[in-house]
Amino acid sequence: MKPLFTKRPSPNFGLSVCVFASLVLLACEQKALLTPFRELFASAIYPLQQLVNSPVQAARKFGEVFSSQARLLDENESLRREQMLLKVKLLKFSALEQENLRLRGLLDTSFKLGEQVMIAELLAVNLVPYEQVVVVNKGSRFGAYPGQPVMDANGVVGQVLRVTPYSAEVILITDPNHAIPVQVNRNGLRTIAQGTGQIDKLSLPYLSSNADIQAGDLLVTSGMGGVFPQGYPVATVVADTGQGKVFAKFGAAPLAKLDRNRELLLVWNKPDPIPRVPGQASTPKGSPADHAAK
Amino acid sequence: MLQSKVATKLVVLASLLVAMVLRILPLPKEWFVYNPDWVLLFLIYWAIAIPERVGVGHAWCVGVSSDVLTGRMLGQHALAYSVVVFVCVKLHTRLRAYPLYQQVLPVFLLLLVNQLLIFWTQNIKGAHSTELIHWSPSLAGALVWPAIFTTLRRVRRYYNIA
Repeated sequence: MKPLFTKRPSPNFGLSVCVFASLVLLACEQKALLTPFRELFASAIYPLQQLVNSPVQAARKFGEVFSSQARLLDENESLRREQMLLKVKLLKFSALEQENLRLRGLLDTSFKLGEQVMIAELLAVNLVPYEQVVVVNKGSRFGAYPGQPVMDANGVVGQVLRVTPYSAEVILITDPNHAIPVQVNRNGLRTIAQGTGQIDKLSLPYLSSNADIQAGDLLVTSGMGGVFPQGYPVATVVADTGQGKVFAKFGAAPLAKLDRNRELLLVWNKPDPIPRVPGQASTPKGSPADHAAK
Repeated sequence: MLQSKVATKLVVLASLLVAMVLRILPLPKEWFVYNPDWVLLFLIYWAIAIPERVGVGHAWCVGVSSDVLTGRMLGQHALAYSVVVFVCVKLHTRLRAYPLYQQVLPVFLLLLVNQLLIFWTQNIKGAHSTELIHWSPSLAGALVWPAIFTTLRRVRRYYNIA
């Protein structure tokens, strides 16, 4: 039997309370007061993201298991060759690094070379259209922090937006709300590259019309703003010559494979060493080689 | 009595979890633009079917989780969901009486209201796209409404929720 006179608050009252509570939340969010609360919720949501991610991951694993030996051998061979080339380059690099430090010392300027990195895997999860935010599987338990720069093997990918204990949201450099201070590698011209919302395009809105810049120029991080360490490649300049334009407009194409990579590098730009990873020894696939402290 | 109440809660919760999974499905980018707000669609169904169990307060809680799920500011979905569910609870008798194909229109309007509220609150943060395709999730949501309605009605009858 259903009780006849159960008193529940009327929907009108409920609505006013809820609307008020939402507005309070929004106001608090403006002041960024709710981070612990959000972290709590996000930890609760994380299994859901893993659930969505798991079929994709399983398919990938399946493909790996059943890939032919010949292909694996091929891949192995090419990787070995690449590694040798990179090693040779590194030999020279360490000598150059030492020289650079000596010269800097002569000039009495401080300059930090070398950051620590950790590999994070992308979760196959879509958040919202029109915003370029991805989720990775390393969070504050692994020492990730908001504002942390994120790279891949080819260039800058973006920065960490929010962290939860086990995952982090990374905003890509092509997001319309993101801007990154860059400089032209050829002549040191500094400017800002803004995201456009398209995955393969950055805009350079703050160039004067007589700026010394050409298509093909490499843009590297300038280190201004303090978020991104100096000297990482970001994009190459492309000219956007339209009909009836006297001056070419310049845009840039990101070097990082933003829509294709599955693994990203979180970079520590701080002097202190990164914290020990929980259970690193017990997880065989946690790629411990990530902690290549340079 | 108690058992059926718990069962109801579990079934509704499970269906909402399914909706959340659908919401963040890794679809290709061209398709994801049309991905409707499954969580709200499921909520609308439950608000129409069992308005005395699913109310504005529940909608608010689900909205906050939706905010966290999709990386919005906390309160955006919460506000929109509570307004939409309020309308559903108020008009549930009328909405129930419509045949299924006629329900599509009010559902479309409700989804638009939801998107509009989220759009407004988003604009506190910064400018946003105003292209027509931005509103396509609402249309897609309205188009899948009959399927959702029939599926959830089957679920509801199977578990004997009234």
